[in-house]
Amino acid sequence: MNNLLNIIAGLGSSFRSKMIRLGAGTRLFFLIIIYSADSFKRIGLTIREIYFTGVLSLVIIVVSAFFVGMVLGLQGYYTLEKYGSSEAIGVLVALALVRELGPVVTALLFAGRAGTAITAEIGLMKATEQLSAMEVMAVSPIARIIAPRFWAGMISMPILATIFSMVGILGGYFIAVLVIGVDEGAFWSQMQANVDFSNDIVDGAIKSIVFGFACTIIALFEGFDAPPTAEGVSRATTRTVVISSLAVLGLDFILTSFMFV
Amino acid sequence: MERTKLDIWVGIFVIIGLAALFGLATKVGNLISNNIKETYSVYAHFENIGGLKPRAAVKAAGVVVGRVNSIIFDTEAYHAVVSIDVDKRYVFPKDTFANIYTAGLLGEQYIGLEAGGDMTNLAAGDLITQTQDAVVLEKLISQFLYSKASEEDK
Repeated sequence: MNNLLNIIAGLGSSFRSKMIRLGAGTRLFFLIIIYSADSFKRIGLTIREIYFTGVLSLVIIVVSAFFVGMVLGLQGYYTLEKYGSSEAIGVLVALALVRELGPVVTALLFAGRAGTAITAEIGLMKATEQLSAMEVMAVSPIARIIAPRFWAGMISMPILATIFSMVGILGGYFIAVLVIGVDEGAFWSQMQANVDFSNDIVDGAIKSIVFGFACTIIALFEGFDAPPTAEGVSRATTRTVVISSLAVLGLDFILTSFMFV
Repeated sequence: MERTKLDIWVGIFVIIGLAALFGLATKVGNLISNNIKETYSVYAHFENIGGLKPRAAVKAAGVVVGRVNSIIFDTEAYHAVVSIDVDKRYVFPKDTFANIYTAGLLGEQYIGLEAGGDMTNLAAGDLITQTQDAVVLEKLISQFLYSKASEEDK
């Protein structure tokens, strides 16, 4: 009997602690919005963070996009060839990338490459009491540290996703047209006939903005909330990747069912 | 790292992003090729539109001359009212035929316009009177089966 009660109490307390974290995360978001004006007075901080989250992620994004595009080209050709419609490979590659893979894979890579760096950096700043020192000097750590990283993530992520889609399509073009020998005119014209700007490309961009928001705010909150120990920071970094990935995939399902059905 | 160098890299990053978006819009999507700017709208009544959807193509001799704007159901006459936006560069006689065709065997449905011989042209808000409904495959098959059956009865 007592055992059973303990199990129920454990469930309740874990639910409660998760709700508290969700509430604290939401509060952090509103604090960021409030302090954004202060942080934009020193726009150099945000630009510096765009360099670290965006520009330095460019290599991994471009390389993986090219490979994803090439795999799509190969796999798509294999299936479409059976139905004698290998010219539709351009449509397949473009729609898959612009609608789904571009935003989602970019967000997963972004969480791994930039999100972990943000969490570890902020967690370590907290552990070494740099954030407290700022508060003592009457500098708001939210305006100085958190808000620039938030806006940098929000700006970088859609740009990275757009680059991912474009490079992926070039990867598909490389395999389908240059290696396999699908007709180049059919590749591009079928793509243009079936990819709609306002439906497909803009919806993909909206997805990438939402994912950018989710990944960035999760990474920031995990860093801000990390226990100030080596173990706490390492756990927070792990949680960033896990929660960001799950959030991206879950949000992707919700957004897709809104947009394309 | 120096401030200016950082700014340059971020600037390059943003420009690459914009270039990718431009590439998606023009090379991959149909933002430019499908830009029909000035249109006039005409209407057509159909008993059955099949799988016709808003934004479906309107073609004359295979050339895209417009788009389907909206499809509504008229509850007084019980037929579909299709509003068509036709490019201002193209004019059609009043007795133009509007038929619903299917692109390929299983493709999308579109409206095909076939010009008649009338001297006056369709103006904005006019009604295309001569229409032909979409072919519904089930109806065709059942007609075929009935005619087969009646042949065997004889």
